Amino acid sequence: MEYIALGTGMLVILAGLWAIMTRKNLIRIIIGFSLFDTGIHLVLVAISYVKGGTAPILDSTVCIQDAAQRIVDPVPQALVLTAIVIGLGVTALMLAFAMKMHKEKGTLDIRSFKDLKW
Amino acid sequence: MNYLLITSIFTGVIILVFTFIAIYQKNMVAAIISTGAVGLFASLMYLVLAAPDVAMTEAAIGSGLSTFIFFYVLNRIRSTDKKKSDSVKNDQL
Amino acid sequence: MKNIFTLMILVAFGIMIYPLVNSFKGNDKLPELGNYYAQPENVTKVNSANLVTAVVVTYRGLDTLGEVSILFLTAAIIAFFLKKQTGKHEVRENSEIFTTAAKVLFPLMIILGVYIFMNGHLTPGGGFQGGAVIASAVILMLLAFPEVPVNQKLLSYMESISGIVFVGLAALGALIGFGYLDNAILPLGTFGKFLSAGAVPIIYSFVGLKVGAELSNILVEFKSVQSNE
Repeated sequence: MEYIALGTGMLVILAGLWAIMTRKNLIRIIIGFSLFDTGIHLVLVAISYVKGGTAPILDSTVCIQDAAQRIVDPVPQALVLTAIVIGLGVTALMLAFAMKMHKEKGTLDIRSFKDLKW
Repeated sequence: MNYLLITSIFTGVIILVFTFIAIYQKNMVAAIISTGAVGLFASLMYLVLAAPDVAMTEAAIGSGLSTFIFFYVLNRIRSTDKKKSDSVKNDQL
Repeated sequence: MKNIFTLMILVAFGIMIYPLVNSFKGNDKLPELGNYYAQPENVTKVNSANLVTAVVVTYRGLDTLGEVSILFLTAAIIAFFLKKQTGKHEVRENSEIFTTAAKVLFPLMIILGVYIFMNGHLTPGGGFQGGAVIASAVILMLLAFPEVPVNQKLLSYMESISGIVFVGLAALGALIGFGYLDNAILPLGTFGKFLSAGAVPIIYSFVGLKVGAELSNILVEFKSVQSNE
């Protein structure tokens, strides 16, 4: 099933990239960034999976001695944990910028922002 | 066929369908809700992949808080548009 | 025409990442770093039952510090961009059922968040999850009572104090312990009990308070610009 998660994650990454490059509405582009984030997290967690492994939490069923044989890799999970929270912060920042841009021009169309075009 | 494999196949298909809706749905509210649903089903996928910590974070943040921030911004933009009476235009892009 | 060009870029990107998908065989055993962290002598050195918590707080604690500062920076920039609106925002009156349920659920959700980040070293959960649950409780109150003002000063004080305590505990590890973010400055306790893993539950609780206060602050900022000009 890690293959399915990996394939889904890659397809979601490609879909997010497609949304970023072809949509014209600013909010739609930010949705694309959000999807891109989710896809990358799916790929990272899928790569960290070990066949037949359990969650990296040791208790009475998974004792300390045979932990190394039974758990999945905890390191990518810890990194994805922080990455999700940062993703929320970055999404909120992009939305604040979009709000500001809409206030300046009165539209969300990306084609009407030509101030830095040359 | 074990149950985890079937669950992961279903979850993957649902994630891809909601991704498609989020990109191509004309109605912006439906697109934002689909983005939240992608996060929710991704958290189910994390649970299948034995990562309960990541699943909890994604369920609370990806499908809860970020959806609300999107809606606050959409509401604000609509209320500004309404005064200029060209509110329909932005939804159709 | 332009979409064809974009499609070509996407296809090139897909060809680029295809070998990664194709050569992925799945892991039969732990990679080297994860195997090192899962060895019994290294597990008892940290004494945290949840290995993800052990990695987040001690081994990769510096990353957590950087993450928390990125979040702080984001909240500061958003507060700078979204100017307060003074105008009155007329809102529809919420239904009786919703406001009553929000009043009942708010303390329970706060208690759930505190439980999640205090037991982060034993069960799935921790500072980030607990902080997100606390922010969800705050947004429930924001939706139920939109005209009640939020004490943002209290939120920012909570956030600054939590950040200072986090950095202070980490530096204390460097002074009397083994190194920066060492958790052995407190007794390690017995494995699997609530009082174990040294300073890990304390550090993670303050991370949880900080994340909860920061996310609530971002949400309150976004809510405060809703009023009509």
